[in-house]
Amino acid sequence: MTLDATVRLDDRAVDVSLSVADGETLALLGPNGAGKSSVLAALAGLVRPDAGHVTLDGRVLAGDTWVPAHDRDIALLAQDARLFPHLSVLDNVAFGPRARGAGRRGARATGERWLAEVGITAYAHRRPHELSGGQQQRVAVARALATEPRVLLVDEPLSALDVEAAPDVRDLLRRVLADRTAVVVTHDVVDAALLADRVAVMEHGRVVDEGPAARVLGRPRSDFGARFAGLNLVRGVAESGALRMPDGRLLHGLAEEREDPPVPIHDGARLTAVVAPTAVGVHLTHPHGSPRNALTATVTDLEPHGHLVRVRTDTLTADITPGAAAELGLRRGSAVVLSVKATEVHLHVTGTDL
Amino acid sequence: MRGARLGVAGVPWLLVPAALGTALVALPVVAMALTVEWSQFWSLVTSEPSRDALWLSLRTATVSTLLCLVLGVPLALVLARSHGRAATLLRSVVLLPLVLPPVVGGIALLQAFGRRGLLGGSFTALGVDIAFTTTAVVIAQTFVAMPFLVLSLEGALRSTGTRFEDVAATLGAAPSLTLRRVTLPLALPGLVSGTILAFARCLGEFGATITFAGSLQGTTRTLPLEIYLQREGDPRAAVALSLVLVAVAVLVIGLTRARRSSLTAGTP
Repeated sequence: MTLDATVRLDDRAVDVSLSVADGETLALLGPNGAGKSSVLAALAGLVRPDAGHVTLDGRVLAGDTWVPAHDRDIALLAQDARLFPHLSVLDNVAFGPRARGAGRRGARATGERWLAEVGITAYAHRRPHELSGGQQQRVAVARALATEPRVLLVDEPLSALDVEAAPDVRDLLRRVLADRTAVVVTHDVVDAALLADRVAVMEHGRVVDEGPAARVLGRPRSDFGARFAGLNLVRGVAESGALRMPDGRLLHGLAEEREDPPVPIHDGARLTAVVAPTAVGVHLTHPHGSPRNALTATVTDLEPHGHLVRVRTDTLTADITPGAAAELGLRRGSAVVLSVKATEVHLHVTGTDL
Repeated sequence: MRGARLGVAGVPWLLVPAALGTALVALPVVAMALTVEWSQFWSLVTSEPSRDALWLSLRTATVSTLLCLVLGVPLALVLARSHGRAATLLRSVVLLPLVLPPVVGGIALLQAFGRRGLLGGSFTALGVDIAFTTTAVVIAQTFVAMPFLVLSLEGALRSTGTRFEDVAATLGAAPSLTLRRVTLPLALPGLVSGTILAFARCLGEFGATITFAGSLQGTTRTLPLEIYLQREGDPRAAVALSLVLVAVAVLVIGLTRARRSSLTAGTP
């Protein structure tokens, strides 16, 4: 089965096309406010798109006709668990099967099976508010899956959880998403990497990059994707196997073959270089030895990044230790020299107009 | 009631007007209890006119409350899920009886359903007279009491929002099932308190009833009307009957509190 959708939502300035193959998990990755959740609502049938279509396995859900949410076989896992507060945990999970015509006994049996699946059996007869956030989210997973949906939509399921609970639920999701047709909305690159087969990066209501998860996350082509993964993205033009940056300087690197067999990079091709910030060294003068790339730059910002300091400059971003930052006496406006080994610069052909 | 105390938000003089306000409400009721002739209380409240009035009041208030539910619950649902100017207008119309003097409501009802009213002629043609019948009592009570139910239920529906209804839909529940198993159960506290408020308002209805339904013993003379009438002839009976209504009111408030705490106990 395949989910195929084009969704235009005028008031959210969203216009995206998505396609999810049978058993595939697509991550919709993007910053907050990019309209990701609105796309899910449109797929679920909770919001009527201003234009576009939604087709599931050949059946038109939106477009020429309108199939209401309860008739779509598409389940939605929201950011918060949203368990019905007036029903027991078990009745929450049995709600879907009941709604789809199962008898009380059958629905409860299904509910118990799914509660066992997510490891919440002991709490079956509690009220939702007696459970922790992580347990509630597990019940929500069970409740969504108990309806045997053809497509599972997941909206930032970990964002409302504390740090301890998130890994558990992520593992559970990874397990249940493994062979399911699903769309997962997230702003967390880790979630996208661990849960999705394919990733679509969404920015300002548009899909700006799409492809296999490994490619999109490892070598992002959108500005957002790179910032996201903390990677430097430098666009330019190919020249003698290196990248000529817009300011005229050359960046030497290694070509990442997208094609198999590899296609040589022709001069003039549009290139994108991807450089991990941890691969960038920061110096006050030109370093000894001979890094292929030594670029003068001006520090524009310093910010904490985990246990490192992220040094933003007018060219590349570098992650260095706080000790190194102190030793260099860096501050905004400092003139520095950035060094990167050519082996750490990954060049991708991004232009179709070779 | 653990840690029960009166808070004054750090402004002690607030206690003075607060105490005066309490006295204003409590003192008259206490005075009534103190001045009633307890020795004759039972005979006063069980006289035939009194029993007729009490029985009529309980019957009409019950029927009116049911009517409020039948008409008011759908109305509250429509109001809670509507936006824009039409919804604002509809809300103003429905809540009109709250701000209207009940006598004016009675006149308005008379102009609509009275024998010479707008629709009265059509009803007369059908062989039905509404004004000055028990039906008129029920209509008058429903007219003044329904806004209480609508207001209370709409508030509950709005505060819950549509989040749980959306979830129910994505789980495959058709709208009617969602209404039955999600929307109304979640709004139950508001529905219960609204119903009790409406019942209390029905029980106390006076102005619209006497204007639209008149004061015929056993047919339209409800307890408040009987009390008003007795005040002229036998003030002791009026006080005794008033205490009966106070007892019913206290019972209603107690019932609301008990229901509310048992309902909210299970929700976060």
